[in-house]
Amino acid sequence: MLAITCPNCGERNSNEFRYGGDASIVRPSHEDPSEEAWFRYVYIRDNPKGPHREYWQHVGGCRGWLIIERNTSNHVVLGVRRAGECR
Amino acid sequence: MNRYSAFSLLRNALSGNRHWSEAWRKPEPKRSYDVVIIGGGGHGLATAFYLAENHGVRNVAVLEKGYVGGGNVGRNTTIVRSNYMLDGATQFYEYSMQLWEELSAALGYNVMFSQRGQLVLAHSVDQLDYFSRKANIMRLNGIDADILTIDEVRRMAPYLDLSPEARFPVYGGIFQGRAGTARHDAVAWGFAHAADRHGVDIIENCEVTGFAFENGRAVGVETRSGTIGAGRIGMAVAGHTTELGRKADLELPIESHVLQAFVTEPIKPLVHQVIAYGADHFYISQSDKGGLVFGGGLDGYNSYAQRGNLGVVREVSEAAIALMPNISRLRLLRHWGGVVDMTPDAAPIISKTPVKGLYLNGGWCYGGFKATPASGWCFAQLLAEDIVPALARPFYLDRFRTGALLDEAGAGPYAWRQ
Ligand SMILES: Cc1cc2nc3c(=O)[nH]c(=O)nc-3n(C[C@H](O)[C@H](O)[C@H](O)COP(=O)(O)OP(=O)(O)OC[C@H]3O[C@@H](n4cnc5c(N)ncnc54)[C@H](O)[C@@H]3O)c2cc1C
Ligand SMILES: [Zn+2]
Repeated sequence: MLAITCPNCGERNSNEFRYGGDASIVRPSHEDPSEEAWFRYVYIRDNPKGPHREYWQHVGGCRGWLIIERNTSNHVVLGVRRAGECR
Repeated sequence: MNRYSAFSLLRNALSGNRHWSEAWRKPEPKRSYDVVIIGGGGHGLATAFYLAENHGVRNVAVLEKGYVGGGNVGRNTTIVRSNYMLDGATQFYEYSMQLWEELSAALGYNVMFSQRGQLVLAHSVDQLDYFSRKANIMRLNGIDADILTIDEVRRMAPYLDLSPEARFPVYGGIFQGRAGTARHDAVAWGFAHAADRHGVDIIENCEVTGFAFENGRAVGVETRSGTIGAGRIGMAVAGHTTELGRKADLELPIESHVLQAFVTEPIKPLVHQVIAYGADHFYISQSDKGGLVFGGGLDGYNSYAQRGNLGVVREVSEAAIALMPNISRLRLLRHWGGVVDMTPDAAPIISKTPVKGLYLNGGWCYGGFKATPASGWCFAQLLAEDIVPALARPFYLDRFRTGALLDEAGAGPYAWRQ
């Protein structure tokens, strides 16, 4: 089981959370006409074996969006923050 | 080297089965090969076999990090079907089905291909409409498909909960009679055996850690036993596609995810076809030993761990019991996971890459076992002739740029939701 410590709710089972994908991807600005930038935004992923920054939403709790750093080879959670506090 | 036959069975039985020779050699790697294939899973081994068999290219090595059959080829739930709907996928998977039908004979190795049929259940009128459309497309492509009424479903699988009170009542289903299962280890071993007989070197415990380049062209691979030169290099490393691709600066639309499978204690024959639930992630078949083999969906977050989370064990078991209440007290014997390379449209990649000399076979997601023969067939032609065969053209890497996606499920570009 993967336990996630939500900054709002404390330690919870991962099945209360919904995955939201790679959080290191930055959306191009709306005015950006570069096809390359949009292609990379939608499709290209680093997919590391090791630490990975990713979005999770605590749908079964506070419903807040979090950014979690997790090791993809052993699921050790290295850090959890509220998504809004990361930028 | 062994050729397997009724006679060799008899001869070895009479001598107490003590004199079988190995199914493939264990050679030392040569300094270079015409073609080096990275990954000794189903796809890598099939590619090596067809390189030799179809194109006469026999100076070939397959380099496998672990042992043959230790990856997804030995971890999958062995389902083979060709019920795809999108142009390109439909024809490719049907070609693979036709290769399956002749595979044991082609390899001289029994892969125990069993065309027991696959039934996918419909749980609403709309789902049955969708299945009718799919069945029409399949039939227009010469593929067998039947729409079953609820009574026909009941005759085929009376043990399912088909009552109106079921959690998701069943309205009918789509059935492909030629679909079925194959013994997955035998597929790996059979391709290895047949490729070896053609002179292909299969080298286990040989991880590729990087590439050698000359003027931007990939000309070899780095391994623990040094650099091995290669005229052309084919990658077929399933869940590790991006990890290896990074060594050649490939940027790929792939995420690695874990998929689990389960097997129960053996019981008497009950499930005679492959049955797929249409309302949730659950599908089941029965192995020749009697165990019920079943699976569900991805764990749902990037993972390189070859084991899954307990949440999915519960979800899949809940779906199982909703459809088959009679198995609720069976015990699970084992469950395991495999790391699959998910693409944003859940379709595979058989393609040249931006790096000269380096070719990519990957992105097979949760459905690449059935594709093993056709994938090897096409990838071999690409490696032998530097030409993408028509059958594999829809699976080119640049489709994510051009927009020609093959999103069979219509799930959108989120690998973990496919
Ligand atoms: C639980 C589960 C159930 C599935 N069920 C089905 C099903 O019912 N039907 C279906 O069609 N498909 C199914 N699949 C999908 C199918 O198993 C895969 O798509 C397919 O096996 C992938 O191709 P492969 O056989 O070549 O992969 P693998 O067998 O994984 O081969 C890749 C090989 O590459 C090796 N490798 C990796 N990196 C390196 C390196 N750097 N150097 C050297 N070697 C390396 C690995 O060790 C591995 O042996 C399932 C998958 C899983 C996990
Ligand atoms: Zn919370």
